[in-house]
Amino acid sequence: MSARSMAMPEADIQWTLPARGPVAMYCLIAAEAAIFTIFVVAYIFYLGKSLTGPQPQDVLRVPIFFTICLLSSSLTIHLAVKSLRSGKLHVFSLWWLLTIALGAVFLAGTAREWGRLIYGERLTIQTNLFGTTYYSLVGLHAFHVTVGLLALATVAIFTLLGYVRQEHAERAEVLSMYWHFVDVVWVVVFTVVYIVGR
Amino acid sequence: MERYVHVSFGRAMHPALSPTNIFAPVSTPAQSIFDLSLFVLIVTGAIFVVVFSLLAYVVVKFRKRAASDEHEPPQVYGSTQVELAWTVIPTLIVVVLFLAAARVIASIQNASRPSNALEVTVIGHQFWWEYRYPSLKVVTANELHIPVNDPAHPAPTFLTLLSADTDHSFWVPRLAGKTDLIPNHPNSMWVDPHQTGLYLGQCAQYCGTQHALMLLRVYVDSRQDFERWTQEQSRPAHIGATVSEGKRIFEGTACVNCHTIAGTPATGTFGPDLTHLMSRQTIAAGASKNTLGNLIAWIYNPAVIKPGCKMPSMGLSTQQAAEVAEYLATLR
Amino acid sequence: MSTESIALGRLTTAPATSLVERLHEWVTTVDHKRLGILYILYALLFLLIGGVEATIMRIQLIRPLNNFVSPEVFNRMFTMHGTTMIFFVIMPVMFGFANYLIPLMIGARDMAFPRVNAFSFWLMAFGGLLLYFSFIGGDGLYGAGNAPDVGWFAYAPLTSQTFSRGHSTDFWTLSLLVSGFGSIGTAINIIATVLCMRCKGMTLGKMPLLAWLNLTMAGLVILAVSPLTAAQLMLVVDRYLGGHFFDTQAGGSAVMWMHFFWVFGHPEVYVLVIPAFAFASEIIPVFSRKAIFGYPVMVAATVCIGFISMSVWAHHMFTVGMSSAANTFFVLSTMAIAVPTGIKIFNWLATMWGGKIDFKVPMLFCTAFLFQFLIAGLTGIMQGAAPFDWQLTASYFVIAHFHYVIVGGILFTLFGAFYYWFPKMSGRMYNETLGKLHFWLFIIGFHLTFDFMHIPGILGMPRRIYTYEPGRGWDIWNLIITVGVFFQAAGVLVFIGNLLWSYRRGKVAGSDPWDAWTLEWSTFSPPPTYNFADIPEVRSRRPLWDLKHPEDPDWQYE
Repeated sequence: MSARSMAMPEADIQWTLPARGPVAMYCLIAAEAAIFTIFVVAYIFYLGKSLTGPQPQDVLRVPIFFTICLLSSSLTIHLAVKSLRSGKLHVFSLWWLLTIALGAVFLAGTAREWGRLIYGERLTIQTNLFGTTYYSLVGLHAFHVTVGLLALATVAIFTLLGYVRQEHAERAEVLSMYWHFVDVVWVVVFTVVYIVGR
Repeated sequence: MERYVHVSFGRAMHPALSPTNIFAPVSTPAQSIFDLSLFVLIVTGAIFVVVFSLLAYVVVKFRKRAASDEHEPPQVYGSTQVELAWTVIPTLIVVVLFLAAARVIASIQNASRPSNALEVTVIGHQFWWEYRYPSLKVVTANELHIPVNDPAHPAPTFLTLLSADTDHSFWVPRLAGKTDLIPNHPNSMWVDPHQTGLYLGQCAQYCGTQHALMLLRVYVDSRQDFERWTQEQSRPAHIGATVSEGKRIFEGTACVNCHTIAGTPATGTFGPDLTHLMSRQTIAAGASKNTLGNLIAWIYNPAVIKPGCKMPSMGLSTQQAAEVAEYLATLR
Repeated sequence: MSTESIALGRLTTAPATSLVERLHEWVTTVDHKRLGILYILYALLFLLIGGVEATIMRIQLIRPLNNFVSPEVFNRMFTMHGTTMIFFVIMPVMFGFANYLIPLMIGARDMAFPRVNAFSFWLMAFGGLLLYFSFIGGDGLYGAGNAPDVGWFAYAPLTSQTFSRGHSTDFWTLSLLVSGFGSIGTAINIIATVLCMRCKGMTLGKMPLLAWLNLTMAGLVILAVSPLTAAQLMLVVDRYLGGHFFDTQAGGSAVMWMHFFWVFGHPEVYVLVIPAFAFASEIIPVFSRKAIFGYPVMVAATVCIGFISMSVWAHHMFTVGMSSAANTFFVLSTMAIAVPTGIKIFNWLATMWGGKIDFKVPMLFCTAFLFQFLIAGLTGIMQGAAPFDWQLTASYFVIAHFHYVIVGGILFTLFGAFYYWFPKMSGRMYNETLGKLHFWLFIIGFHLTFDFMHIPGILGMPRRIYTYEPGRGWDIWNLIITVGVFFQAAGVLVFIGNLLWSYRRGKVAGSDPWDAWTLEWSTFSPPPTYNFADIPEVRSRRPLWDLKHPEDPDWQYE
């Protein structure tokens, strides 16, 4: 490889390196994935080991609607970033706000589910191993959704104030990578908690 | 060759060097580990000699000679053959070590439990050891008695390891490697000592303030001595007639909440069973010799001997403590 | 030229006059060089504190049934010593050197995210202060002063509310959570910098080994610190929300904590040692006057070590009662990691072979590292043979082993790195005689303490005991071990004195006092804020060798 560059000392080599925003976000995603993995492992390990209290199959109801909301928000944010890249700011803000709305609906659904479990089924984080691992895992995910929504909302405010322009598309894309990750985590959590674990 | 090395090594590492010397095994698990360790030491020792010599040679031979010598030496960037050599050879060594270790793991962990094995349940507490012999109906504390193993009629002792509170570890080096006692996670180990005597050890997993004084004393008795011991231990308490005052204080204070003395109203299980306290040579899990003076001091204020242990001072006067001690001193 | 370089180097913006202004500059800096120095100074301070904690323990253990400190104090000492040394000495100092050197060595002007860099530093710094606040701020049953006393790996259920009342354990948990976030931030920064900010011509195959090794280290931090974060969050849930993750009474598993902790804990020790390998890989070639032998193999071996290190963790758990199959697997993976590690030792040896070795102080330390790391690796292999480990683990043998790695391996190369890059960072040479005095005092103390420490382990002395009985055969060894501590302390004091004195009065160093070959030596000492007047372009792994030897450049051979 170096033999070629030896020929002309002033040769103009093409020198492009990856952009730092996406690289950093991939690293953050890797770290977060490792954290979620540990919580998922704890959840799976403790399945069937609760000594008392409600078991998953007794009290869990599969949240199909809210899952569809959250997963659709991945599509909407993708469309938002695509629009921003094409310079269609108006369309971008619509898809972006729709993403936030879908995420908020998902959170509301989680809150409702928890209200039902805590007050109706008497399942709290203290009740048994299932309660501890369920609320921790789903709660950790909900926390990440919340943080994501705050970030998305910040961008929405900047957009409405007119500060966001086409050249910011890459930054929006980096944020959307985080959002996609949050959705992927939900796919895993959903499968483990509501499908396999019941 | 190996046996010669073992014998002379064993003599060189005479138990007098330490009663807890891992290189002075008297039981099969400790022996298997010792044999493996010799092999590992020889292999790693050889590696050490070779690499150390090369390093020493390099350090001497390739020193910069003259201070004014400014020419750079020939630049060598690498060599595929050399890299291959020092990848393949270590890999082979590592495979051999792995196989040797795997064999010993299987022989110790997967050993079959013969029907005549003695079963003892060991329950770790902060900071003492509880021993139960389910088939012999014996419950005792801190000093474990097991029969010596006759190779002609092998009868090993299998220990089931449980914990009442946090993690502990049972380590009597001359008998076996250590195995942990973890709550909600029963473990199992076995020993078959071929030599009578007292073998020492101590808790080897940090369990709190007095982890350091949670000592182990394992008495390997001859068959007759062991039988005699179990018979004495399974009898109810042997109380002297003249110690009614001490017995009254003991049963009137919270002592009975933690301690059991079989045949009396004392049925607590948080602390050691005291039914045959005087059959033990030490108290406080080996922290003190079992003498009347030490008993009085212990009862008066355990924190002086073992600060941070779980037995509180019951606020007795020295007179009362002496009377209780005299009562306990009759519990043979 | 040299006076100009110092003047330029120490000038950042307008000359700060008052002390307050200078402090403000340092506190608000986002310059990777200043943050690097902040990390390093912070680590040095905690090195001294951790050393005092060790000395207290060693004085208590100098003879049986000693009464120098109570068991409560002793148990806090070993907890704080371990936690401090790992999280607030070695990790920060490695981050500090990485921060300082990586942009300079890859021809960049700063790290990828300077503000995140500063934030990560202050998170880590705050974590350390929070941990030490426990000495005065905790409340609990033991009275005034309540530092954590659960050991640096904080096994469950000892850390539950039942057995650890008061807040001492929470100081441990929270301070590490906070500094853990800082570590992840720095790791992300290192990866982004190395992948995205190399100067023209510096392909991944041409960057200094220090960059490769820190890249690997950063990857390990991301994968390893996160499990610790997760486990600590679970512990907080148990302690404050009534959770049962590690509550054995509710069916929880104490062993699960061990798995989660060691999934962090083992890669963590590679996080500590891989930057030490990086220092050796930069210093040994320069003082042997030869290129590193087998650069591609060194890279491959390091990446292999990184991967394999994620699969060996349960060799810390050989005695907890895993099945023979599980134990056997972890023997295999542990033995496997010895192969790439050995390859590295051989490559360093081969670098020195045929060289013209100049035993200046950095090289003295790196040479000692080679001998000592060899021994440390071999005692590691011994313990990798699980049945042998059933005797050796949790005893003074394993303490001797890991201190051999961390002190004999990592700290020695760290001293080497201090002496090697001190001229670059300060613009002045250290005093060579004092440096050699430091070396000899320290190496004598090191061997007195840690060679003989293997023996009590073999004779049955467990770790974490505040006292021991006479008649176990341990007394004389403990005495020798403690004596060695004072030699090491003397060496460290000479070291600090040397740094302080040389910073003011050392000979002016110039940009390239060692006649070295990587990019940091092409700029002033200390480097100006912008690092390089012109961003360099490189064609080989040793750009300065190419400039100094135009008739025989490296790129003809790579």
